[in-house]
Amino acid sequence: MSTVIPTPKKPWQPTALDKLEDFLLVVAAFGVAGASVKFTGLDGKIGFFFSLFFSLLLLNYGFHYYKRGTAAAKDSLLQVFTVMAIVITCIPIASIVGTVVIKGYKGIHWGILTNDMALNSVNDPVAQGGLGHALVGTIIMVGLALIISFPIGVLTALYLTEIRGPLARPIRFLVQAMSGVPSIVAGLFILSSLVYPVTQQLSGLMGSLALTILMIPTIARTAEEMLLLIPNELREAGVALGGTQWRTVAGVVLPAAKSGLVTAIILGIARIIGETAPLLLVSGGGDALNVNPTQGAMGSLPYYIWKSFLTGGTPEAFARAWGGMLVLLSFIFILFGLARYLSGRKVA
Amino acid sequence: MATELKERPAPPSPREITTKPRRSDQIFRIIVTIGGMASLVILGLIALFLSIKGVHILTEEKFGFITGSAWEVTNDENGTIIDTKFGIGAMLLGTMLAALIAISVGVPVAVLSALYLTFYANGRLKTFLISVIDLMAAFPSLLFGFWGFFVFMSSAEYWAKLINKYLGFIPLFDVPTPIFERSPFIAGLVLAIMIIPIVTSISREIFDQTPLDRVQAAYALGATKLAMIKAVVIPYGRGGIVGGAMLGLGRAMGETVAVYTVLNIVYQVNWQILFGAGGNIASLILLKFGEAGPYEVDALMAAGLVLFLLTLLVNATADVLINRFGGKGR
Repeated sequence: MSTVIPTPKKPWQPTALDKLEDFLLVVAAFGVAGASVKFTGLDGKIGFFFSLFFSLLLLNYGFHYYKRGTAAAKDSLLQVFTVMAIVITCIPIASIVGTVVIKGYKGIHWGILTNDMALNSVNDPVAQGGLGHALVGTIIMVGLALIISFPIGVLTALYLTEIRGPLARPIRFLVQAMSGVPSIVAGLFILSSLVYPVTQQLSGLMGSLALTILMIPTIARTAEEMLLLIPNELREAGVALGGTQWRTVAGVVLPAAKSGLVTAIILGIARIIGETAPLLLVSGGGDALNVNPTQGAMGSLPYYIWKSFLTGGTPEAFARAWGGMLVLLSFIFILFGLARYLSGRKVA
Repeated sequence: MATELKERPAPPSPREITTKPRRSDQIFRIIVTIGGMASLVILGLIALFLSIKGVHILTEEKFGFITGSAWEVTNDENGTIIDTKFGIGAMLLGTMLAALIAISVGVPVAVLSALYLTFYANGRLKTFLISVIDLMAAFPSLLFGFWGFFVFMSSAEYWAKLINKYLGFIPLFDVPTPIFERSPFIAGLVLAIMIIPIVTSISREIFDQTPLDRVQAAYALGATKLAMIKAVVIPYGRGGIVGGAMLGLGRAMGETVAVYTVLNIVYQVNWQILFGAGGNIASLILLKFGEAGPYEVDALMAAGLVLFLLTLLVNATADVLINRFGGKGR
């Protein structure tokens, strides 16, 4: 008696023929779209896109109806819709990044990071002046905001994960609600509570306090997620060794969540680094280098971009603004890459 | 041996076993609880201080502050204020219009994208797309605003003309004069692009939590992907999607800079979305703030208070919906 060893098959996976058919469908849709743009009234990229969309829908429907009936045909429609949706989502991202890079590199020059605008107007040639003051201002304000909001955010996260008090549910809701506070309201709040009654002047410190309000929820929520990833066995082991809760948290939980907390910091910074509206209200927005957050107007990257766009109007001013945008965007890219790298690593 | 046994010391009195936390733990708990209350305190302070500054405007204008649509300060020749009219009705309408356009365009695209990411994409492509969309969520609104103004405006204007040409008989799409630039429609589209990443990531998290056994049961009964999604995923995630849409709505309503750059801010009631005039509360505050006297600043504070309460309400609804139907908000 001969034994037959069955070879494992995966009948659900698309065969080479299926893939070829799908590919041909897409090619055919492109062909139909191209033809319709050429021979009918539709024109331009948008016309092409619409025509492509509809021809994809029709071709897919027809083909799958012919092959497997109505249900499969409808199923293929959903696939076309979802693919189109993700393409529509990605087009603006590509367009934004492309625009910033293409328009922004003209505004980049040696010394852009070190010079300030104290002696230049935005309409001067691009090679004069720079955004050194804005960079310093942004770093100071974001740093101050970080110093204030990191402890508060982490304490909130600890309350939600370690203490789990009776108020955990409402606090979680309030943190969520706080992340929805419009940024301009944060600026108005600092104006009404500190600037008008107390300091009577706009300064970098006020700007960083407004940013703090926007930063706390991001840090608290990310830190909470990261602390929830710490396995409970670690906490139990800490307590079983005779540690008090305080020693367990300080000696076991927080060190284990270190890279997660760094991720929280980075995402918090990415959240506020481009925030414009509150800074327009409370930071004053200076053109000269100012390293004292308590005295005088302090520039910032978003303010620099804002001012170059709105008060200039010449090609130089626009180049300057897009250059600033490129610097800002590259900061966001770097921060985001760091966060990805850190959260990708295994939690200790 | 026996004598030694007699000399055995008395056993120590049993140690007191207690669950009462030590002093250090008590202090720790108090500090953490105080820190945890920060969000409550800050939200309370925002409401308090905006009320202190703005409430006398609200009592003077009464209900007209919400419904009125005039924002005028009349001075006599000495510069003293003799008459004021503050009503944010027009801007409230503009806020709603732009935000509603944003979610009616953005949410379907975002939900379909989330479906693609959860049920169609896999492997490298999936990870890549997810990080791209998360990255987009971190783009500052300034960037969306200026991109919308310089790049997106021309194509959006083309669509607006197209809609007006073929659907102009509907009053909503009619225009008094053919000015299509900087309209609420275009602002709404820019806001839609801004909220797509947020709504996508919330919907994706909720779709990910669909019980696998039900998904597999649907497949086992011979369902296609469409039938499975209709029968299992959508009923399970409906509340979460609505909650995500509400979060997007909240963000779209509070947006300042993007709307300020894209929209032509004119203080008038305009519900014809293709016509280039409009505004929203946040951009009004930014616009009027520069030239406002102390009294007008108070009125702006009151407008900020209304905006704050509005977004709080929307966020609360979103939170309830997301939590009741599973999934967590982002």
